[in-house]
Amino acid sequence: MAGLSFDLIALQLFAGLALGAIYVLFAIGLSLIFGMLTVVNFAHGAFYMVGAYVGLYLISLGGNFWLCLVAVPLLIGLFGMAVERVLIRPLYGRGIDYPLLLTFGLSYVMVECVRIAFGKTGYPFDTPEVLQGAVNIGVGYFPLYRLFVIGATAAVLLALWLFLEKTSFGLIIRAGARDPQIVRVLGVDVSRVWLIVFGIGTAIAGFAGLLAAPLQGVIPEMGGTILAEAFVVTVVGGMGSIGGAVLAGLLVGVVVSMTSLFAPEMAKVSIFALMAIVLIVRPQGFFGRAGLLS
Amino acid sequence: MTKKVTEGGAVSRRRLLTTASAGAVLAASPFRINLLQAEEATIKIGFPVPLTGPYGAEAQDQVRAGQLAVAQFNDAGGLNGRKAELVVRDDKLNPGEAATRTLELVEKEKVNFVVGSLSAAVQLAINNVTKERGIIFNSISQSDAINEAADFSKYTFHEALNPHMTSGAVGRYAFPKFGKKVAFLTADYAYGHEMVRGFLEVGKEFNIENLGDIRHPLGTTDFSILLPRLQALKPDILCISNFGRDQQIVLKQATDFGVKKSIQIIAPLLSHASRVAAGAQAFDGVVGGCSFYWGIEDKFASTKAFNDAFRKMYDGKLPTDYGALGYGGVRTVLEAVKIAGTVETDKVITALEALKYDYYKGPQYYRKCDHQSVQSVLVIKSKSKDMKNESDVFEVLSTEEPSEKNLRSCEALGHKS
Repeated sequence: MAGLSFDLIALQLFAGLALGAIYVLFAIGLSLIFGMLTVVNFAHGAFYMVGAYVGLYLISLGGNFWLCLVAVPLLIGLFGMAVERVLIRPLYGRGIDYPLLLTFGLSYVMVECVRIAFGKTGYPFDTPEVLQGAVNIGVGYFPLYRLFVIGATAAVLLALWLFLEKTSFGLIIRAGARDPQIVRVLGVDVSRVWLIVFGIGTAIAGFAGLLAAPLQGVIPEMGGTILAEAFVVTVVGGMGSIGGAVLAGLLVGVVVSMTSLFAPEMAKVSIFALMAIVLIVRPQGFFGRAGLLS
Repeated sequence: MTKKVTEGGAVSRRRLLTTASAGAVLAASPFRINLLQAEEATIKIGFPVPLTGPYGAEAQDQVRAGQLAVAQFNDAGGLNGRKAELVVRDDKLNPGEAATRTLELVEKEKVNFVVGSLSAAVQLAINNVTKERGIIFNSISQSDAINEAADFSKYTFHEALNPHMTSGAVGRYAFPKFGKKVAFLTADYAYGHEMVRGFLEVGKEFNIENLGDIRHPLGTTDFSILLPRLQALKPDILCISNFGRDQQIVLKQATDFGVKKSIQIIAPLLSHASRVAAGAQAFDGVVGGCSFYWGIEDKFASTKAFNDAFRKMYDGKLPTDYGALGYGGVRTVLEAVKIAGTVETDKVITALEALKYDYYKGPQYYRKCDHQSVQSVLVIKSKSKDMKNESDVFEVLSTEEPSEKNLRSCEALGHKS
């Protein structure tokens, strides 16, 4: 094969970061929900998929992509809150396995419902016109839309950080994650906090699904693969740590990208090899708190 | 279990009674099934296809068209009144699952024939089962290995094109036209490997230069990390040998990366269902091969008749390439049954071997040594404008007429002539 130029390696690195951005966006919702509610949300991939379908539906009604960027997270967030209120809330305090099994089952139901409503075959999802094409990023051409995805991910992260760190509600959320009992004693309705956190988590999942749709089209099973990879990201980053999810997401993207430069057929395996190595050296992940799962 | 039985006498006796009566019911039901089979009510065709997974869209078309062939057979009176039935199973694109489902079709459903599959490895798994049980299997998915002596048996038929034929036709069209420097992106399994081998073989005639072959696992959802490398190779032609959803995603992402601006993308096999699922933008300008396109109805009366029958059965929908294979695979077997006047395996094999048929795409026949269907290969290009209807997605660039010259020879496949 032809030699490796500096430009190629730089471009490859960048492609890895762009891929990582999608992992990050998916995994922070997962991490947020786990960190605050101790719910391992196996339906996260299904919310992601429904987000893409809702976007598709809104566009077919005459909406545009920019409108969807606002409407989809809002709708999926509301849907997530309904799910939390009706299905997940009765299971709090029964250990980690009840909500895990519930969300696992729920994901099957959601995928099946979408199959019934939209059919089993996928739909194309065109890249919005202004974001089509590739631009020169100095080391080579890179699709404009992927740059947009990186930007959107950064914006979500910033908004989330401001919300959690700078607002009083964010303070309550953080306190609720540490010690719900004390927060309750202080007169805060913790169940309302959890409701909103779950809503935010699913809203981000729906947003991620919408952003992914122009990259690969839309099919009912699209949440499955990314869910497995996102769990690797959350485990490597430390279950429940948002900072860990960001760092690990980008790292996974870069590792996959660099592996594929030298041994493309090993790209998928490299994700799990990375996880194994991290878990041997640091069983709780980068920023994980020990004992959260027990 | 044994512990519980010895614990309390009363309980164990009652349990014994219930177990005994349940056993009686169980024993009665297979007996009834056997009775039905003795009457030989229907001719059963087992149809394992990957309804779920990345080739799901294609598989659903296979089923639709297979049902059409069965319906036509039944409407024409069947075999002296004996009707046919398609017994569909989801093989999930997994060789192990396919072998289990096929075994179930043969042993439990007592099917007379097996037609189906989509994926090289899966059809070989099915073939192993049918070969051992002495059941005719007509494969409707591409494979080179299935024609080779090691995998072939007298029960094996291959209605689909094989990678050697497909890549040969596309290569003969593309290499003189678009350039000599070729890079490959290949799905890392038998189908992909066989396609690349075919391209390299036909490439010898045109002195092509192989710049490199990058392989990706089946079911990849992001190709952004492979595309920069391929672009850096600066090929004239990028040859993408994958299928189904993998193909949809890679073409979409290659378009985003601006690959098409300087590089001609070719794919040995362009699937109609994938083109529809991925949209015009992603496939625009891509050149590839296929076994069938509904648009050749101007050329062949059989295509017109097949299209019309399909339209009638499915509310104006037109058949796709893999749909046509489902139709051809089932219809040839049923026609052979009619000619033989029986479902007896050996007589049906003789009838199939003698068959000269034109059911949906012009003349075809099964070559004696490897039961490969000798047929035309279409070279097509994906359209993005001037489309007459939602199925008007390809333009036929050229047609390679049916000829044994384009097949590997019986000797090369290891058959004794």
